[in-house]
Amino acid sequence: MSKQFALTVNGRPQSVTVENEETPLLDVLRNHLGLMGTRFGCGLEQCGCCMVLIDGEPETSCARPIWNVAGKSVTTIEGLGTPERPHPLQTAFIEEQACQCGYCLSGILISAKALLDRNPSPSRAEIAAALDDNICRCGTHNRMIRAVEKAAARLRQGAKR
Amino acid sequence: MKAAVLPGPLADNPVLSRWVSFPKPGKVAVSTGRVEIGQGVLTAMMQIAADELDVAPERVAIQSGDTDLTPNEGYTAGSLSMQFGGVAMRQACAEVRALFLRHAAGALGCKREELSVRDGSILRNNAPTGHDYWTLSSAVSLSGNATGDAIRKPVAEYKVVGRSAARLDLAAKVFGEPTFLHDMVLDGMAHTRVVRQPNRGASIGTVNEDAIRRAAKGPIEFVRHGNFLAIVGPDETAVEAAGAAAPNHVVWKGVEQPSAPQQEASWLLQRPSIDRTIGSPQPSAAARGQQRYEATYTRGHLAHAAIGPSCGLAVYRDGHLTVWTHCQGVYPLKAALAKTLALDPKSISVRHVQGPGCYGHNGADDAAADAAVIALRLPGRPIRVRWRREEEFAFEPVSPAMVVKVRAVLDEAGRPVDWTAEIWSGSHSGRPGHGANLLVAAALPNPLPPPPPADVPDAAGGGAVRNGEPLYDIAAKRIIHHLIPETPVRTSALRSLGAMPNVFALESFIDELAERAGKDPVQYRLSLLTDARCRKVIERVAEMAGWKPDLPAGTGRGRGIAFSQYKNRAAYAAVVVDLEADETIRLSKVWCATDAGLVVNPDGAINQLEGGIIQSISWVLKEQVRFENGVSSLDWLGYPVLRFSEVPEIHVELVKSASDVPLGVGEVTAGPTAAAIGNAVSHALGARIRDLPLTRERIMATLLAE
Repeated sequence: MSKQFALTVNGRPQSVTVENEETPLLDVLRNHLGLMGTRFGCGLEQCGCCMVLIDGEPETSCARPIWNVAGKSVTTIEGLGTPERPHPLQTAFIEEQACQCGYCLSGILISAKALLDRNPSPSRAEIAAALDDNICRCGTHNRMIRAVEKAAARLRQGAKR
Repeated sequence: MKAAVLPGPLADNPVLSRWVSFPKPGKVAVSTGRVEIGQGVLTAMMQIAADELDVAPERVAIQSGDTDLTPNEGYTAGSLSMQFGGVAMRQACAEVRALFLRHAAGALGCKREELSVRDGSILRNNAPTGHDYWTLSSAVSLSGNATGDAIRKPVAEYKVVGRSAARLDLAAKVFGEPTFLHDMVLDGMAHTRVVRQPNRGASIGTVNEDAIRRAAKGPIEFVRHGNFLAIVGPDETAVEAAGAAAPNHVVWKGVEQPSAPQQEASWLLQRPSIDRTIGSPQPSAAARGQQRYEATYTRGHLAHAAIGPSCGLAVYRDGHLTVWTHCQGVYPLKAALAKTLALDPKSISVRHVQGPGCYGHNGADDAAADAAVIALRLPGRPIRVRWRREEEFAFEPVSPAMVVKVRAVLDEAGRPVDWTAEIWSGSHSGRPGHGANLLVAAALPNPLPPPPPADVPDAAGGGAVRNGEPLYDIAAKRIIHHLIPETPVRTSALRSLGAMPNVFALESFIDELAERAGKDPVQYRLSLLTDARCRKVIERVAEMAGWKPDLPAGTGRGRGIAFSQYKNRAAYAAVVVDLEADETIRLSKVWCATDAGLVVNPDGAINQLEGGIIQSISWVLKEQVRFENGVSSLDWLGYPVLRFSEVPEIHVELVKSASDVPLGVGEVTAGPTAAAIGNAVSHALGARIRDLPLTRERIMATLLAE
């Protein structure tokens, strides 16, 4: 029997109808709302590929049932910034060429955003610790950490957002 | 002056329009058989084409990996894309440029030497002629073959190649745009999951369809073909739930699972093998009388462990099968599909779409084949297969475990005069070139027999014997290769193949010899090396790290060095590692000096070298595929990899090279990093661990034995 849930995604109210209220948020984002930037990595909350912000907190979405997100506010990579209005993290990741395959990138940017929201001046060790819930298999870690440092510095200097 | 023979990929695909076209004013389309697997190859190809055609990089669009459109360049593998694919691209572009200039000279009634190209416009004595590639494109046919007559530009004239270029594909990824095959949606697409045959020869006993339907909580149907069973439906959530539950509701007959003892490399020593010797004959009687030293090194099976599990899409419509895949070779997959599915190759198109980094032959080909099998049973319906995480770990081909025993005869100064590496390994060559290597093939009715056991040919760099021979000046060197034809799980190519365990073994062994001789590891290596490029990377990395001889051993802090030339004929890399070791190992700094010949995109190359270093650290410290009634390392807890907090500072330098030949860099750091860690751990602990990975259990056992 189908059920309807209301939530906010990237600032827009959304109403989602699912057959199974256990449908993971990840499936809702990708298959119902067409937001393909959040990716399936393990389905086990172990790799961080599917991270989104739920009411500002970084959370995996692969095993989070939709009923549990009803009424909450979700931010995905698509809500972080756009080519026209990039988030400083996105600008810094491009400048540092902090990517190889890029499959983990959305989740890492979301983790980094959550970190900078709560700690505008993280040390290298704090950045690494904040990203420990995300796996990068290509070995781009140090570039990503440098990009986060750069974005943090710019945000402190008053870059927009 | 006649140019040399055509570069291989161009000789195989000589029609120029396969490589270059001018689709609309101001735009250049170039086409490569190489595919993007996160290594930045398309950006490098763009740089090469822009340089040789004299057009701005922004004008160049790249088409890649499509059996209907692009050249057939086999697999994107072996760090060969620049050395061969890049040179072929450059020659194709040189030929195209020459055709346009010849035509323009005729039209203008001038000499060819008076003409040049600037951003696609043809100049005569540096003045505009009103002609460009696009105004002339209808008059200049590219349907002919490359001749080899066109001379490629000298390196001194390169403007784009040799300078760092931003990756073409990065921005889309940073903004979360649909980039990967996993993100592709076709009209009316059905989601599917496969209920995997546990092993070749296993057959389906009973299927409790009702139980699986109940678990799905949504509409699903079953597709069965021989012992291949798939769940299909419009809602991925339901199909995933059914796929997760299904293994508990399907009873298989004839199940044979790998057991715990087969997990360790030492298991290989008792197995039947196909044996051969490469190199010098057996040591002379005189040599046998001298001082000898021997040590044995092992490494377990490794997973590619891509961050996203494999995906494949397929549709069978009007007698034509179209397959989308993130595998490394669209043409070999097409051939394998034709054989496995008994189809005319003309009725198959295979297209590459990016996937998560693969680092070798993982489940990508198999997922594509799964989708193809289902699509043929459901004509007209686009089919998307996405493997489950556990499925990827359990069923992707793994890198075989290896045992490497090194024996040396030493002279009075403790220098090796006779060297033997005895190598036991399964095959590193399980790619789908032969149809039966596709996972699904064993489940189909009347399955093709498994292909005869073989490893990667020595001419292609070898598999298990890759880098098995040291480059040191030693009078007699040989490899005894034991190919183990039957392995507990499928084995195939992983980044650097046998080079990682072999370089770990021989570069650990050379450190052990240095220690016995009372020599500094850097000086000892240099005393055995005359090749200038080998010496240079070692000398440079020692400078970078501030290498000092005689640092005390056994203090808990260690420093190690190792070096290799990939395949003994490609790029050179030397690595120094600093670490701390007690019951665990923590790397603090890594330095690497690499000679990769002509580097197309320096920043891209450094990115690849760093990636190779980090992946090798992960392999050495953490990774081993575990068996317990089947593969038991089925998730990221069972198969841990390096996390951000564990990654050291890394300093990579590209040394100025004496050569203009571009050499790939994706794999060269794997071996030296592994050996440098081993040597640093030995230095830190004052005791050597010769078995990988360097787990806490092994460290504790070594410390307790002291």
